[in-house]
Amino acid sequence: MIVDLVIALVHVAVVAAGAPLLVGVLRTLKARLVSRRGPSPWQPYADLHKLLRKEAVVSTTTSWVFRVTPYVLVTTMLVAAVIVPVLASRTALPFAGIILLMYLFMLGTFFLALAGLDAGSAFGGMGSSRAVAVAALAEPTVILAVFALALRADTTNLGGIVERFAREPWLAANPGHLLAFAALFIVMLAETGRLPVDNPATHLELTMIHEAMVLEYSGRYLALVEWAGAMKLFLFMTLLTNLFFPWGMTSLVEPVPLLLALLALAGKLALLTAALALLETAMAKLRLFRVPELLAGSFALALLSVTAVFLVR
Amino acid sequence: MAALGFLVVAAAGVAATVVGLAGVFGRAWTLSVPWLVPLGGLELALDPLGGLFLALIGAVAVPASIYAIGYAGGERRGVLAYLGFVVSMCAVPLAANLMTFAIAWELMALTSYFLVLHDRRAPDSVRAAWVYAVMSHAGLACLLAGMLLLSAWTDSWRFADWRAAAPGLSAAGRDLVFVLLAAGFLGKAGIIPLHVWLPLAHPAAPSHVSALMSGVMIKLGVYGLLRASFDWLGPGPAWWGVAVLLLGTASSVIGVLYALVDHDLKRLLAFHSIENIGIILIGVGAGMLYHGTGLEALALLGLAAGLYHTVNHAAFKALLFLAAGAVVHATGTRNMEEMGGLIKRMPWTAACFLAGSAAIAALPPSNGFVSEWLTFMALLQNTRLAQPALNLVFALGIAGLALTSGLAMACFVKAFGISFLALPRSEVAARAQEAPGSMRAAMVALALLCLGLGLGPTLVVPALLGVAAGLTGAVAPAAIGDWLTLSVPGHFGSLSTLAITLALGGGLLLPLVLLRLAGAARRVRRYETWGCGRVLQTARMEYTATAFSNPFKRVFDFFYRPEKRLEIAFHPESRLFVERIEYGNPTRAIFEDWLYRPALDALSALARRARVIQSGSANVYLAYILAALLVLLVLA
Repeated sequence: MIVDLVIALVHVAVVAAGAPLLVGVLRTLKARLVSRRGPSPWQPYADLHKLLRKEAVVSTTTSWVFRVTPYVLVTTMLVAAVIVPVLASRTALPFAGIILLMYLFMLGTFFLALAGLDAGSAFGGMGSSRAVAVAALAEPTVILAVFALALRADTTNLGGIVERFAREPWLAANPGHLLAFAALFIVMLAETGRLPVDNPATHLELTMIHEAMVLEYSGRYLALVEWAGAMKLFLFMTLLTNLFFPWGMTSLVEPVPLLLALLALAGKLALLTAALALLETAMAKLRLFRVPELLAGSFALALLSVTAVFLVR
Repeated sequence: MAALGFLVVAAAGVAATVVGLAGVFGRAWTLSVPWLVPLGGLELALDPLGGLFLALIGAVAVPASIYAIGYAGGERRGVLAYLGFVVSMCAVPLAANLMTFAIAWELMALTSYFLVLHDRRAPDSVRAAWVYAVMSHAGLACLLAGMLLLSAWTDSWRFADWRAAAPGLSAAGRDLVFVLLAAGFLGKAGIIPLHVWLPLAHPAAPSHVSALMSGVMIKLGVYGLLRASFDWLGPGPAWWGVAVLLLGTASSVIGVLYALVDHDLKRLLAFHSIENIGIILIGVGAGMLYHGTGLEALALLGLAAGLYHTVNHAAFKALLFLAAGAVVHATGTRNMEEMGGLIKRMPWTAACFLAGSAAIAALPPSNGFVSEWLTFMALLQNTRLAQPALNLVFALGIAGLALTSGLAMACFVKAFGISFLALPRSEVAARAQEAPGSMRAAMVALALLCLGLGLGPTLVVPALLGVAAGLTGAVAPAAIGDWLTLSVPGHFGSLSTLAITLALGGGLLLPLVLLRLAGAARRVRRYETWGCGRVLQTARMEYTATAFSNPFKRVFDFFYRPEKRLEIAFHPESRLFVERIEYGNPTRAIFEDWLYRPALDALSALARRARVIQSGSANVYLAYILAALLVLLVLA
């Protein structure tokens, strides 16, 4: 019980505190790649601090849904942090399955999309409509890719999958594994609003998805929404690295192994962030109606991955 | 007077719930009145499966009737049909022989026909009732054919005798009976492509009747399928399960796709009934497949998932129909494009609709999430089945279910966001009033039921496993997890919605405390929505339901086959000036166009051919009678 509580607190603290840094590093790397100096990696913390001090402007058109949504978003991400094996392969909630995790993200998307409609502006509605379309089309890929993993680990429990692959690394030597990774990576780009699906750095009305949805937020509400978005990115990237490369994770809940695991996680995330920065620099944003083709491609990868697992069994 | 009638139905609903629950927990009971009905007499029997559906009917009838007191008010028309509808529905899961079943089934169809025809002057209602009557009688014909074949081969009207004699029948005969019965029952359940009556009939009926039709009546089709395929016919070949699973997958995806582009609030909910029946059938089909291949534990899991979703869908769909009815009652329109801003005028209705939306979109920790999770657990374990072809069927089911839940989430963002949020889009929406007390009480009761079903799966699932075990003849596992956690056998997965709720509650405290610690500014300024500098904000600037669903229309255009209609009337003097532009982007109903239209055309062509022998002369008809008599005598 105490151990569970410690794990929960450590994981939540790592995700909550580390998420803005991840976003900052990503921005800095992207700036350097195009020969700009770019902001410091710590800039997102300063942004959050600034937003927290400002007064919030709330549209008179909105209802309680608009004001509750930032809290719901942050809450779902914090609970997701309890479910994802971040440092230790053991998670505080023993029933933490990947299906629950995906549906928790969907809970956040549901409320954010409602908040986008609540202010009655066309931008918000446009963002909501596009965001739910992308989320809905990404869903089958996630579940099939998870199925490919669960097939070999024989459990849908995230901690269980990580432990199984850490114990028997040869299980990962399967083409299905690589295909599932590729499929989940594309889904991560879509779900967290990265290029080529959505451009987090733009405020051009006709191209934005996530930014259009949160256009009406300001002050502490915007801070919460931004923080939740950063946590979602952090959680997705942690999930990707830990599910497919569970090296360096610990099953002991003691200070030294946890610290080592934190270093390992930082290293793995740095590599993935660099890859993401390269990808985002090299690619242009897809036209909105080309995005379904990308997602259909990722679905095909996931389906192939499942088939590969059955064939190479 | 009318209120008294509804109270009587509510009391009957309470009684049905109590009796049904007793049946679920193993109390058996039979009633036989041989002289009342010809061909076998009236015969009722209570068993766990029948008890579950009886309890379901009762549990939805109570809030629906209380709601009706405020909704239908003193209107006396339809009260008798409503009473007959509820009573005949209660008789269906209890019927124990062919005649009792057929009478109860037909009474249910007839009384609901009158309720669909509630608004006799509206052409839409008349057409809806007509299509409903035709489809339900085509279904009845299939059912009677299948049941009469069974009773001829087993030489008995009683279901108990069918059960005993069915394993001795030939495989082809069992297949034939299965196809006939499945067509009849799935038509009542509204499965694609037998769904055409459902989106017409459900919105046309008064909302408390829609809640009953969508919540429980179509479930009796699921009841019939379970009864026929497990009880009457015994375990079947693998293709029965494959067919049910694939039909369920197709229905769930297609149902939600139709719902996405429909902006009639009640018809949208009706399409979601097709979707949810599909999800139920995915669980049931998985159960049938596992049962046929000897994986009894997984068969129980699949069936329990299907039954749980049956119960959940009854609760949240009844809630949504009642809330939609309250909106229609207040605004006088079913068109979402004329609603908006209702959350401020109808806060109770809005909160109840939001609770129902969260449940139907399977957001944790709602009840819809629990049953979809259980269905996923049943599907994902298909690896224990070493047949690649069947594994592929399961993979399709998994992907279809995932796509369905994503699209359902999107659809309810539209349904709630466009109807209840932002500015009112019409005069009627701006003047809407909150529903009266009895309607609110019914909605809140159903919302609480949804909440209870979401938080207490560890109590519900063992009971449902017991019901499923009664069907497959296996032994139900003694425990599935503990009081807090629901765990699937074999450590494949586990879930505790209670713990998630607590975690969400705790998680909600954290940002509140952190904001306070960080010294966040607490000032809030109320100001108008940012609008690029324009002077005023009107509802015309809001995103519409049509615009909201447009990405889906474009992505799935191979299914919707939208037509673009653009008519521009130019000014007679110069083409540079335009008098009028009309733009339409309607979708086409491909099942109606490609399946029903050719079939109906063929039928009328056949009828025209048959007209040759209809001369109108009495002498010729007398000759026909003589000829028929002679032929029969020769044959005999």
